[in-house]
Amino acid sequence: MWLWTLGYFILMAKITLVLTVVLLLAAYLVLVERKLLGRFQARIGPNRAGIFGILQPIADGIKLLVKEDVVLDGAERGIFQLAPVIVASMALLTFAIIPFGKPIIIGGHEIPMVISDINVGLLYAFALTSLSVYGVALGGWASNSKYALLGGIRGAAQMISYELALGLSIVPVVMMAGSFSLVEIVNAQAKWPFIIVQPLAFIIFFISALAESKRIPFDMPEAEAELGAGYHIEYSGMRFGLFFLGEYVQMQVLGALIAVFFLGGWRGPFLPGPIWLLIKIIGFSIIMVWIRATLPRFRYDQLMTLGWKILIPAALINIVITGVFIVAF
Amino acid sequence: MQPIIVIGFLNNMKVLIEIAYALYMGFYTTLKNLFRGPFTEEYPEYKRPLPARSRAQIILTSDPDGQERCVACYLCSAVCPVDCISMQAAEADSGRRYAKWFRINFGRCIFCGLCEEACPTSAIQLTPFFENSKRDILKMVYEKADLQVDHCGKDKNYNFYAYAGIVTKSAGKGEHVKEEKPVDVRTNMP
Ligand code: SF4
Ligand code: SF4
Repeated sequence: MWLWTLGYFILMAKITLVLTVVLLLAAYLVLVERKLLGRFQARIGPNRAGIFGILQPIADGIKLLVKEDVVLDGAERGIFQLAPVIVASMALLTFAIIPFGKPIIIGGHEIPMVISDINVGLLYAFALTSLSVYGVALGGWASNSKYALLGGIRGAAQMISYELALGLSIVPVVMMAGSFSLVEIVNAQAKWPFIIVQPLAFIIFFISALAESKRIPFDMPEAEAELGAGYHIEYSGMRFGLFFLGEYVQMQVLGALIAVFFLGGWRGPFLPGPIWLLIKIIGFSIIMVWIRATLPRFRYDQLMTLGWKILIPAALINIVITGVFIVAF
Repeated sequence: MQPIIVIGFLNNMKVLIEIAYALYMGFYTTLKNLFRGPFTEEYPEYKRPLPARSRAQIILTSDPDGQERCVACYLCSAVCPVDCISMQAAEADSGRRYAKWFRINFGRCIFCGLCEEACPTSAIQLTPFFENSKRDILKMVYEKADLQVDHCGKDKNYNFYAYAGIVTKSAGKGEHVKEEKPVDVRTNMP
């Protein structure tokens, strides 16, 4: 019994740790993104709240929390209120399966440095990213606003187009690792990270994951130029904040998944595992900011063309080639 | 058949190379900007010296000899597109006209500079000082005393009454700059 209790507390400690790091990082990614975007555009970026704007995320949080939470008269009340929760929680839940370090051994018991090692972890991750688009589509629909509805529809269409490429691009990785479990995939990269043998899969995965996270150049559902703010145009206060939080957690999810599938997860020389994982996540977030600072938004048909006509065939070819190699060697 | 395929392949390669080059240039440009440093001037800490002719806070200037320039001709008030200047003309014992009261409502002024252009005496002038916002809108109404300054502003030399040909205590007929003595018309008779 006491062992069970101990296990429970260790689990709780791990969840607390991961949630704290992820939420803190999400808050500060906003600041990093604004600062970096400023620099990319030869501006300074926020620097009024504390030195270097270090208190900016706190100020933003307070602002969002004290703002009125408007629910429109015409909106579907329940769904309207639920949608942001779906987006934020689905993004956060993905971190349950991300391994963040070598298992540590205390008193003969092995404690895995992952909240939950599901043997179909990869499918779980994809299921969650697909579910999070429900938040977008439902939020857009429940808002009873044409811009929000258009944004939601675009979000759903985009998800369908890119989910396929995302899943197909990862098949070679699964073939090489021989497992759906993220822990096993990381272990399979003990010798070398998969990016060396699977550069094409990496590129396809990166592009489709970018599209999944609805960031520039794939921010069709938001498209502030033509849709106002798309699916979250009618939201205010902390409900908008949840969408916002979801986006930045999604950035980290993307960075973490890329790290796990292609860069050896927490593996790296010298530094401890969690630090390496953090470095990789932050590195990818910075690359995403760079992309945001550089590329314009795709047109809707270009987005579909890229997904269906280029990425999916390329992913299929990659699977065939990998299969041939695995059989041959 | 064969050459067509080759040409098609080469064209595709050309498009691919163009795409790659365009992407490279885009990312290179933004990266270059990242290390160029910001151009921002941080406002309350650094106040850029504004050009003398930039248009903000209005003043009523004085002659080089220290007397007030405004002759209350109403031209500025007439030209003002938002009607924010009002005044009452009066005449002093010396013969000079002046504004009994003169009022500008800065809550309405759009700093277009038309009043300055219309003014025949260079009295009303716009200055670069722009930090004149207030919490209370009634405090934005400036009276003559708030507007008057004891220097000439941008027009250092002009003195309306020295040229105008109007008889005042300081200058009689024929005593103004570039003015000849009045001629007795009867001496012109043939
Ligand atoms: S600057 Fe323009 S708006 Fe302001 S007082 Fe002069 S004429 Fe009127
Ligand atoms: S400020 Fe100039 S234009 Fe206005 S009333 Fe005085 S003299 Fe005339």
